[in-house]
Amino acid sequence: MRNNKLGRLYRDGEIVINKGDEGSCLFVIQEGKVEVFDENGGGEIKIAELGSGEFFGEMGLFEKDVRSCTVRASGNAKILTIDKKNFYKTIQKDPTLAYRLLQKMSFRLRELNKKVIQV
Amino acid sequence: MSMRDFSSEHFVLEDGSKIAVIGGGPAGSFFTYFAIDFAERMGLDISIDIYEAKDFTCAGPQGCNNCGGIVSESLIQSLSAEGVVLPSKVIQRGIESYTLHLENGSTVIKTPLEEQRIASMFRGFGPKGNTDTNTASFDNFLFGLCQEKGARVISERVSEAIRTADAVTLTTKDGNKARYDLVVGAVGLNGKALSLFKSICPSFEPPETTKTYISEFQMEPELIDKHFGNSMHVFLLNLPNIKFGALIPKDNYVTLVLLGSDINMEIACSFINSKSVMKLFPRGIKLDDITPCKCFPSINVKGAKLAYDDRVVLVGDSASSKLYKNGVGAAYITGKAAANAAIFNGISANAFKKYYQPVCSELDNDNKLGKFIFSVTGIIQKSHLLKGALLSMVISEQHKASHKRRMSSVLWDTFTGSAAYKNIFVRCLNPLLLVSLVWNIIKSTLNLIFKKK
Repeated sequence: MRNNKLGRLYRDGEIVINKGDEGSCLFVIQEGKVEVFDENGGGEIKIAELGSGEFFGEMGLFEKDVRSCTVRASGNAKILTIDKKNFYKTIQKDPTLAYRLLQKMSFRLRELNKKVIQV
Repeated sequence: MSMRDFSSEHFVLEDGSKIAVIGGGPAGSFFTYFAIDFAERMGLDISIDIYEAKDFTCAGPQGCNNCGGIVSESLIQSLSAEGVVLPSKVIQRGIESYTLHLENGSTVIKTPLEEQRIASMFRGFGPKGNTDTNTASFDNFLFGLCQEKGARVISERVSEAIRTADAVTLTTKDGNKARYDLVVGAVGLNGKALSLFKSICPSFEPPETTKTYISEFQMEPELIDKHFGNSMHVFLLNLPNIKFGALIPKDNYVTLVLLGSDINMEIACSFINSKSVMKLFPRGIKLDDITPCKCFPSINVKGAKLAYDDRVVLVGDSASSKLYKNGVGAAYITGKAAANAAIFNGISANAFKKYYQPVCSELDNDNKLGKFIFSVTGIIQKSHLLKGALLSMVISEQHKASHKRRMSSVLWDTFTGSAAYKNIFVRCLNPLLLVSLVWNIIKSTLNLIFKKK
């Protein structure tokens, strides 16, 4: 099989990040999908499904807190990690690199507001 | 009124401003992509025409931009953060390690996170005669992103450029004329095209260059998997003029790149026929029979001077690049920096001097350290003792935690072009690395003495 996607291969159902773990990198999906979920009273609450080109784990870049959700591969997925140290060094030189991250975080906040209003 | 009488407020892009980008390689595409992106953020309505006569969907020289075809780890990460994910057809192979070959032996160095973080690709549609429909051109992919963002492609060659007070007028070979507020040169190291810029950018001094060697070996993917794997093979051999050589595995080709000074066919043959290189290929294979194309392209070894003026800026190889490595990464850095300067700060010579030139200067200054680092590797190349010490140090590091593999990470970044030479240089001064190196030199010396006895 041609090896033509970057990142690490996560098999269907494999955990990429665990809620409560310390986080020091951002993840970008190169191929496939992941599910973001939280646990509540023994059950799972699906928060989002993300696909190729989307990122997750961004809170770990800005906060020292632990991962807030669990993320697992939904089908086989290839995921690239962007380490915090390198990312900060690059942003220091080129702040525009953070724009898309802010844009996406703003979008996610808007979506969350909508959900809160619905509840 | 002379051009210098215009105050800087005349040199800003406004709604309706027109930009011409000459050259549709990565530097031109990155400039275009980010200029449109930044303009959208600012609510600025600009238009960009890209002049590119080459057809990147053609195999062989017609679509090729003469490059080894590596997208570095740092560029992959930056592009991912920008939301640009390389499609599968563009990635020929994900590289997960590199194998260092010396006359004394070889060792594999894996990426710190053991994931594929480097991509091998073709700039065009692969070598002469390529018919693999699963191949897509990297340059064409970037070109497509620009077109999706609204850039217009003009498939003509620019033959004349005239700068007046309020515009630059371009004339194509077919006699078509168009006026632009800003002209961007992304013409690589093409002598004719660079001389065109001398007429509108009089103080510009083109970059200094040297000849390199690139050739392709066509092989079945299964054979490439077996003999090369997903590893970039780097050679530090004691051969004249060659700083280093690399064999880059792709899907059904392996690309050979030789970097150094003024490499000719005789030097290239001495490398190809060396024991360390030949042992990698299947036994009995005649490399000449599987070589569809070879070339001696120029590379930038010393950045251009004053690659800007009012309404004119040059990017990528035409301005500054990274010595020996990561030319596409340098195209991203300079293309984006020029777009940033033009959209946010203006298109006067002063704006480019203040907001674009520092980025080029940083690359140029970093290359000075790069020259020093490669002169040190040159000394190692010539010494059997030092090569033995280096090899044993790297082999012993492979059993350690990734943050303790100091020499491996220095070599990784030197040969993949993933980090600035300044960063590599500072890491070379780490006392623990130096102590370990000295210890390995002592061990190698003792080994040599005992072997002789």
